[in-house]
Amino acid sequence: MITLSHYIVLGAILFCISVAGLFINRKNVIVLLMAIELMLLAVNINFIAFSRFGHDVAGQVFVFFILTVAAAESAIGLAILVLLFRNRSTVNVAEIDSMKG
Amino acid sequence: MPTINDILIMLPEFFLVAAACVLLLADAFMKPAERVYLHWLSIGVLVVTGYLVLRYMPEGEVTAFHGMFIRDGMSAILKVFTLLSTILVFIYGRPYMVDRKLFVGEFYTLMLFAVIGVMLLVSAGNLVMIYLGLELLTLSSYALVALNRDSGLSSEAAIKYFVLGALSSGLLLYGMSMVYGATNTLDLVQLHQAITHSTMPHLLVFGLVFMVIGVAFKLGVAPFHMWIPDVYQGAPTSVTAFIGSASKLAAFGMAFRLLATGMGDFAQHWQIMLAVLAVVSLAIGNVVAIVQTNLKRLLAYSTISHMGYLLLGLVNARPEGYSAAMFYAVSYALMSTAAFGVILALSRAGFECENIDDFKGLNQRSPWMAFLMMLSLFSLAGVPPMFGFFAKLLVLQAAIHAGMMWLAIVGAVFAIIGLYYYLRVVKVMYFDKPEAGTEVRLQPDFTLRVALSLNALALLALGLYWGPLLGWCKQAFVG
Repeated sequence: MITLSHYIVLGAILFCISVAGLFINRKNVIVLLMAIELMLLAVNINFIAFSRFGHDVAGQVFVFFILTVAAAESAIGLAILVLLFRNRSTVNVAEIDSMKG
Repeated sequence: MPTINDILIMLPEFFLVAAACVLLLADAFMKPAERVYLHWLSIGVLVVTGYLVLRYMPEGEVTAFHGMFIRDGMSAILKVFTLLSTILVFIYGRPYMVDRKLFVGEFYTLMLFAVIGVMLLVSAGNLVMIYLGLELLTLSSYALVALNRDSGLSSEAAIKYFVLGALSSGLLLYGMSMVYGATNTLDLVQLHQAITHSTMPHLLVFGLVFMVIGVAFKLGVAPFHMWIPDVYQGAPTSVTAFIGSASKLAAFGMAFRLLATGMGDFAQHWQIMLAVLAVVSLAIGNVVAIVQTNLKRLLAYSTISHMGYLLLGLVNARPEGYSAAMFYAVSYALMSTAAFGVILALSRAGFECENIDDFKGLNQRSPWMAFLMMLSLFSLAGVPPMFGFFAKLLVLQAAIHAGMMWLAIVGAVFAIIGLYYYLRVVKVMYFDKPEAGTEVRLQPDFTLRVALSLNALALLALGLYWGPLLGWCKQAFVG
C-alpha cells in the first residue's frame, strides 16, 4: 500500500537531487535548467499527493498553473542561455564570473 | 461566475492588462521615430491606472473572485508607489535607452507586465495568486535584465538572476506545498484560521522555513543576496532602478501577505528567523559596500542593508511594525529611484557613469546634480532631516516595541558604519579634483531634470513633513 508519506519522501528526494544539481554542478548551464525543472516537478508531486489524500482539488489546480509557468520559465531561461552563448561562447558555469566583489 | 462587482474591484488591473496588450500591438505598427509616443502612452496608462486605484479606496478590505484578490489600504499604497516609481523610471530611462539603442517596445511592454505582476502580488488572497503575481514580475524582470543583447555583462547578470530566481521560486513553492498539506487550503484567510488548530504543526513550521527563505530571496536579504550585486551591475541602469524600487515594494507586499495575512499566528516562529536574517544582511550589506568601487554595486549592497532594516519593522509582527516596514519600503523606493536617476542623467552614449571615480569633482562641473545626488545619498544613509532618517527611526522603534532592544542596537550601529560609504561618495563629489577628460555632459532631457529634481527634493520635503504619509501607512493596517 502506497501511503501519503511515500509520495512526500519521493518529492523530498527529487527536491534534494535538484538542489544538489544546482549547487554541485560546475560544468553546464543547461544542467541548471534541468535541475530547476526537476525542482518544480518535485513540488508538483507534493501538491498532487496532498490534494489526493486531503480530498481537496485546489492543489491539483495549482499544479496546472505551476506546469504552465514552468514552461514559460524554461522558454525565457533558454533564450537567456542563447544570448549568453552568443556573447561569451561558453555555457560553462565556472567561466561565468566576470563580476565579482 | 464572476460578478460585475468582482470586475469593478479589479478594474485597475484589468485596465492595465488591456492597455499593455494594446501597446504591445501598437508597437508592432510603429516606426522607430514614432516610439516616443509609446513612451508617453505608457506613462499615461500608468497615470490612469493610479487614478483608478485611488478613485475607490475601500473601508477595510474587499475581496473579489472568492477571496483570490484582496483590495485594501495596504495594496493601494503599494500600487500607487509602484506606479509612481515606474513612471519615474520611464522618464529617467528614456535618454539612456535611446543612447544605447535600447529604446524599444519590449522595454515598455515588459515593464507594464511586471507592474501588473506587482499589483496582483500585493493584492493576492491565495497562494496561487502570490505565485502567479510573483512569476509575472520575475519573468518580466529576467527578460528586462537581458535587454541589452550585445552586452556580455547583461546576459551574465540575467542568467544568474534567472537561476537563483527560479531556485527561490522552487523553495517558496515547496514551502507552500507543505503548508497546503498541513492545512488543506490555499486561501490565505482560511489558512490563517486553519493553522491554529492544525494537527501537523511540525509540517507547518517546516513549510514556513521554506517560505521565509523564498521571501528572503525576493527581498534580497543576506545570506540570500548573491544575485543582487551582479544583477544591479549587469542590468541596464534603468532596469536596475526598477528592480531597486518597484520590486522591493512587491517583495514587501509578498512578505506581508504570506507571513502576516497567512501565517500571522505563527509569528513567534518567523519573528526570530527574520531577526537573524536582518542582522546578517545589515552586517553584510554595510560592511561589503565599503570596499566597492562601482556605484551600482555599492547601491546593491546598500539595498541589502536597507532590506535588513525593513525586516526590523516586520519583526514587530503588529500593525505598528507593518506600517513602519511599509513606510520604509516606500521611502526606499523613492530614494533609490532618485539615486539611480542621477546615474542615468550623467550617463551618455558609450559612457556608463557608474564608477565612484566618475563622480570626482561633480560639484564643479554640475553643482545641481551633485546636490541632488547628495540629497539622495544622505537620505539613504539616514541623515536627519531626510526622509530616510524617519523611516529608519520608525523601524528601530518597532523593533524596540517588539522587545528586541539588541536588534535595534545592531541596526543603529550598522547605520553609523553605513554612513561611511555614503559620505565617501559625497566627499568624492565635493572635495576631489575632477579627472582630465571626464567632463560631464548632462542629458539635455528637460522632463528628466524636472522629475529628478522633484524626486530628490521630495526626499527632503517628506523628511520635514512626513505625517500624512505615515498616517496613511498606519491607517492601512488598522482593523
